[in-house]
Amino acid sequence: MSVNDKIVADFVKNKVEFITTVPCKQLAGVIEKIENCKDIHHVPSNKEDEGMGLCAGAFMGGKRSAIIMQNTAIGVTINTLATLIQFYRMPLPMLISYRGELGEPVACQVEMAVHTKALLAQLNIPTYHFHHQNDVDEFDGILNHAFMSSKPVAILTDASFWKGQSS
Amino acid sequence: MIRSEVLKSIIPVISDHLTICNIGLPSQEMHMLDDQPSNFYMLGTMGLSSSIGLGLALAQKEKVISIDGDGSVLTNFGTLPTIANNVADNYILFVVDNGSYGSTGDQPTYAGQKTSLAAVASACGCENVVECQAEDAANALSTALDSNKMTIIICKCESGNITVPVILMDPVVIRDRFMKVVQARNS
Repeated sequence: MSVNDKIVADFVKNKVEFITTVPCKQLAGVIEKIENCKDIHHVPSNKEDEGMGLCAGAFMGGKRSAIIMQNTAIGVTINTLATLIQFYRMPLPMLISYRGELGEPVACQVEMAVHTKALLAQLNIPTYHFHHQNDVDEFDGILNHAFMSSKPVAILTDASFWKGQSS
Repeated sequence: MIRSEVLKSIIPVISDHLTICNIGLPSQEMHMLDDQPSNFYMLGTMGLSSSIGLGLALAQKEKVISIDGDGSVLTNFGTLPTIANNVADNYILFVVDNGSYGSTGDQPTYAGQKTSLAAVASACGCENVVECQAEDAANALSTALDSNKMTIIICKCESGNITVPVILMDPVVIRDRFMKVVQARNS
């Protein structure tokens, strides 16, 4: 099973029925599979804080939700994470492309990469870093952990992880 | 009419419906005038009333009204194309457009100057956009609820505030009692 298929299958297994996305080149494959998955309602959003609002609403409507975005979005969403997702105690798996790591061709991406883990740590958000392809084996357990604990959870997926995928 | 008077006038129409109340004074006024478990009070995150409401409307079948403000829509403009392209006929976005950032001291917004939120919503692809005066707000909402069509209402009113207490309810309590109403009505 490809990494993208495994991620989508784990979302479905964990009853995630509503996913919002802001695209990143590394995430193009998984976003396409989510768009084509009949068990998931996919709503593309224009900005990540907007997407978190959609997720909060869908969650209160009884659907488990998740967001897919780039790590630059951590800079955009700190207020929303603190005053909506955490303050109202909502679960929110965040599948994040970790741009600016080894293999990154765009220097500017490194500027947010160096802040990403520090910001997530400052927010006390459980954070997992997928570097090798088989790190995806933990995705099922991480989703379960997010809903068990009713917390936002960050899964950082770097270029080495995506390079190891078969489709 | 100022916002608190507009809200008072629409309470008979929306009281029983799932309502997302915008951050700051709109939430505080709704809480003071007509506290209901079917009201979700935003205590933070300016701009996301419309997004929370749309997500809720897409996820379940009950009607949802987002009470928003012109300043808040301006801060989350990306919401309008998302609403237009993800039609939920159980969703109404009600924008109190008083041309000012009411909760922060009535600083003027661009919506009170050259920018028409109704024109922007239409340009974004929203199909049922209604601009009304404050006196017609309750009628516009009744019509929208009866139409079973997703509707954006831009309600023009005067700026100005009354004194209202802050909401002391715990956010998890607000969320929990709201979700229990949502669940009961969808079961």
